Amino acid sequence: MIQPPTLVPSRGPGREYAMPRSGKTTVQVLLVEDSPDDADLMLKALHEGNLPVCVSLLEDGEAAIAFLRREGQYEASPRPDLILLDLHLPRKNGYEVLAEIKQDPDLRRIPVVIMTSADSEKAFVDAYNLHANCCVSKPVDQDEYSRAVRQIERFWLHVARRPS
Amino acid sequence: MQAMINGGKRIEILLVEDCRDEAELTMQSFADGRVRNRVHWVEDGEEAMAFLRRQGSHAAAPRPDLILLDLRLPRMSGHEVLAEVKQDPGLKRIPVVIMTESDDEKDILSAYDRHANCYVTKPVDMDKFIEAIHSIEEFWLTTVHLPAA
Repeated sequence: MIQPPTLVPSRGPGREYAMPRSGKTTVQVLLVEDSPDDADLMLKALHEGNLPVCVSLLEDGEAAIAFLRREGQYEASPRPDLILLDLHLPRKNGYEVLAEIKQDPDLRRIPVVIMTSADSEKAFVDAYNLHANCCVSKPVDQDEYSRAVRQIERFWLHVARRPS
Repeated sequence: MQAMINGGKRIEILLVEDCRDEAELTMQSFADGRVRNRVHWVEDGEEAMAFLRRQGSHAAAPRPDLILLDLRLPRMSGHEVLAEVKQDPGLKRIPVVIMTESDDEKDILSAYDRHANCYVTKPVDMDKFIEAIHSIEEFWLTTVHLPAA
């Protein structure tokens, strides 16, 4: 059974995880990940950085597209500054989500980081051909995993310029 | 262990940069990195395309795993090189990192609209410049999974 994702403007058990800190603009991150363990690790690592980050977590591809297009219950969703996308997702897979984003003149400029446990080279080639901004293999080891997420956070939120 | 992330093979990098000092700093910084790599430097956009298409004196050029591209270039701009690379089915999956002095929002939007993989503004201060190059090297060579040729 897939839980219909809901957005709750709070921490706790909701689907939006904000770490408000004064003085800096909050960076909006959309995380599309169906594994709760992976999502937990990512949320922790993302909130360890020194920029205020608000993460919206969705568990399937259809919800991600609805969120990005502000359809239905996602009418008031924020536009993400960065998207972290798993490839294996229920209902609409990560390739389909990526292709839709990168073909949409309004959405295509949002950087999409693919995080995947796929081990075939073809998965990476396909994602780059669909214009993924970068792909990262999910390390099996938990510490390595957190380190990879922190590297992504550091590079995309502190080094790279993002479109506004 | 991280050095094995892209199979342990040497990473080929194409650097498209018209300023000699910045090119030398970039190459030095990559040479000091933890992952085995080789930087091929060309000074303008037309030469970059010749390198990628193995034309003329670049007949034996390797296929780069990563492209570092300045925007302000003689003969053919970085925007034009980016558009050609990202429209070419054989080249489009090679990640292109834009490295430029420009922090003009129009350049940033235009680069991402043309599927630049990322955009980094070069700091004027030399120490900060080296730090930025090091961050690019660390992220793209040790964290990212680059596409196979």
